[in-house]
Amino acid sequence: MRVLVCVKRVPAPGARINVTPDGQAVDTAFLGFTMSPHEECAVEEAIRQVEQHGGEATVLTLGPTEADEQVRYAASLGVQKAMLLPTDGTDWDPQRTARAITEAIQQMETVDGPFDLILFGNESADSGGFQVGIRAAVALGRPMVNGIKFLTVTPADGMVEARRESDAGMEVYKLTMPVVIGVKEGINLPRYPTMKGRLASKKVRVDTFSPSAEIGRQKLVELYQAAEQASSTVILGKGPEAAGAVVDLLEELGLFNAGKVGA
Amino acid sequence: MMLLVVAEHDRGSLSGATLEALTFGRSLAEKLGVPLGALTIGANADECAADLALYGASVVHQAHHDALNDYGPETWGATVVAAVATLDPVAVLSCGTDRGNEVLAQAAARLDVPMVANCLEVEPPVVRGGDWKVTRVRWGGSLLEHAVVSCETVFLTVTFHATVAEPLGAAVACTTSSFTPDLDASLTRTTVAERVTREAGVTLSTSPVVVGGGRGVGSPEGFAPLTELAGLLGGIVGCSRAVTNSGWRNHTDQVGQTGTRIAPDIYIACGISGAIQHWVGAMASKKILAINTDPEANMVTRADYAVIGDLHQVVPAISAEIRRRTGA
Ligand SMILES: Cc1cc2nc3c(=O)[nH]c(=O)nc-3n(C[C@H](O)[C@H](O)[C@H](O)COP(=O)(O)OP(=O)(O)OC[C@H]3O[C@@H](n4cnc5c(N)ncnc54)[C@H](O)[C@@H]3O)c2cc1C
Ligand SMILES: Nc1ncnc2c1ncn2[C@@H]1O[C@H](COP(=O)(O)O)[C@@H](O)[C@H]1O
Repeated sequence: MRVLVCVKRVPAPGARINVTPDGQAVDTAFLGFTMSPHEECAVEEAIRQVEQHGGEATVLTLGPTEADEQVRYAASLGVQKAMLLPTDGTDWDPQRTARAITEAIQQMETVDGPFDLILFGNESADSGGFQVGIRAAVALGRPMVNGIKFLTVTPADGMVEARRESDAGMEVYKLTMPVVIGVKEGINLPRYPTMKGRLASKKVRVDTFSPSAEIGRQKLVELYQAAEQASSTVILGKGPEAAGAVVDLLEELGLFNAGKVGA
Repeated sequence: MMLLVVAEHDRGSLSGATLEALTFGRSLAEKLGVPLGALTIGANADECAADLALYGASVVHQAHHDALNDYGPETWGATVVAAVATLDPVAVLSCGTDRGNEVLAQAAARLDVPMVANCLEVEPPVVRGGDWKVTRVRWGGSLLEHAVVSCETVFLTVTFHATVAEPLGAAVACTTSSFTPDLDASLTRTTVAERVTREAGVTLSTSPVVVGGGRGVGSPEGFAPLTELAGLLGGIVGCSRAVTNSGWRNHTDQVGQTGTRIAPDIYIACGISGAIQHWVGAMASKKILAINTDPEANMVTRADYAVIGDLHQVVPAISAEIRRRTGA
């Protein structure tokens, strides 16, 4: 089975997200980088499917050359091949990103044959457009369902059962490969890289492809912080002695009534 | 010319988020001076027309087709495309939910036009085809973005829970008109094939009390006192990603950007540092009580109330005090 997984390099902010003075990007001066948890799970899923059914997993990213770090991370976990679509470092709009990824997939499939399964994250961590995977699937003419938390592949008949959570329970989709799936965190528990994996990932060849993708019609003007309500925390106390004050508060908020609860 | 809201429904039952999108669409349509139309997909949603009129839809377009008896991203996306072709709306709106975002992305992809997800504010252009100025959420809500998008028909979704759904005093006069979109038979390949229903009950997103545990809880067993406290308060247990990532609890319990958004009367956050991605899932809570050994933790400084101390001592003490007062 041939599996492709698409991930995006994003900053890993802590308690606050700061913006650069020109408002064009997140200030990453003191930040590390990562990918969305949904995409971490997509990488894990790609590896598991190949471990289970044989074949080969490839990771693809579009971003600055530093995104090499994210594809090598995927390689350290067990992905065999890597493809980087270099940009000038600016964040591409969703239409352009999807066009570029589609072009790259078509090129890779011409060389090495079609992918049976293409995995995306449900949404990217930073821009959260909820669409790049869907656009790529439509361009490729393949079925796509987003938000998937359970995936079972039966290579013998090419069937894929995908499930997504809804308010009422679980929706079950029955698809035939080749398929495109948007993965949601919770589908699996991603593994950590081993020392051996880390060393091996340094040697993985990262292919590059420069897409011609035309710019889309959504343009970022500026990023800014959401206004935050100033909060002044009331300290109810220290240690277990604070329990009385906490229960007083719960009573005051009407969440607990000494006369009713437990009665 | 009109503004079209794609109504999200599940086999005929309208989602609350749709009513928010309609309320949002109603004021936008007023600003534009165009009628507000709604699109319902599938004959099983015909009954929704009355509710849609109560939120201001003066015309409801009802898509009927054998392929539309249940939800499918591709059949729904293609139906929106068909509606746009005949109605030529200036904007197509839906709600920023899994389905709303998915359907509009499917439609926009087919037309190769932009789709702006999770908008908070929208300023239409003076002339059709000009620049729409939109404010949208990023990073699950901790960062906002001003963007411009230009298109004859723009596709936008409205951030979930950012608008209060407001019905009109009385329903507007509303006409319905049905049509049959021309759908390629192959599109049903992504239609829901089966369902697994969940037992009804409170969920994380609707529970009035959530007791959350983070890395500070230390182990899966460490959650027992939190479960006990939640039980005493008629609430349920939530957790941070550090916890799900360690395999201590299921992802269904995770609060945050890639987990569940909660909005309880009180969120009791124990041993959680309050990283921005956790905070965005918790910030809609009416009150937050943080229990943490670190008085500088972000969760503590942003909370309404805090207890500084070891959760392993504080949480059982709270439960004991509740039991003492109730005599249980
Ligand atoms: C794109 C992206 C999406 C993410 N989505 C989510 C999400 O949906 N939800 C989420 O939660 N995280 C999410 N994260 C992860 C997030 O950044 C944090 O890593 C995570 O929330 C930290 O969990 P924590 O607070 O439990 O752990 P820590 O940050 O390690 O904090 C532990 C806290 O426990 C306190 N503590 C320790 N021992 C005790 C004790 N005995 N008693 C009391 N207090 C104690 C410490 O003082 C500290 O404040 C996401 C990250 C990224 C990059
Ligand atoms: N620059 C990128 N490189 C690789 N994959 C991407 C990129 N941007 C988005 N994706 C993929 O598309 C998914 C949806 O992204 P978005 O539409 O931005 O929410 C992400 O979870 C990724 O899997």
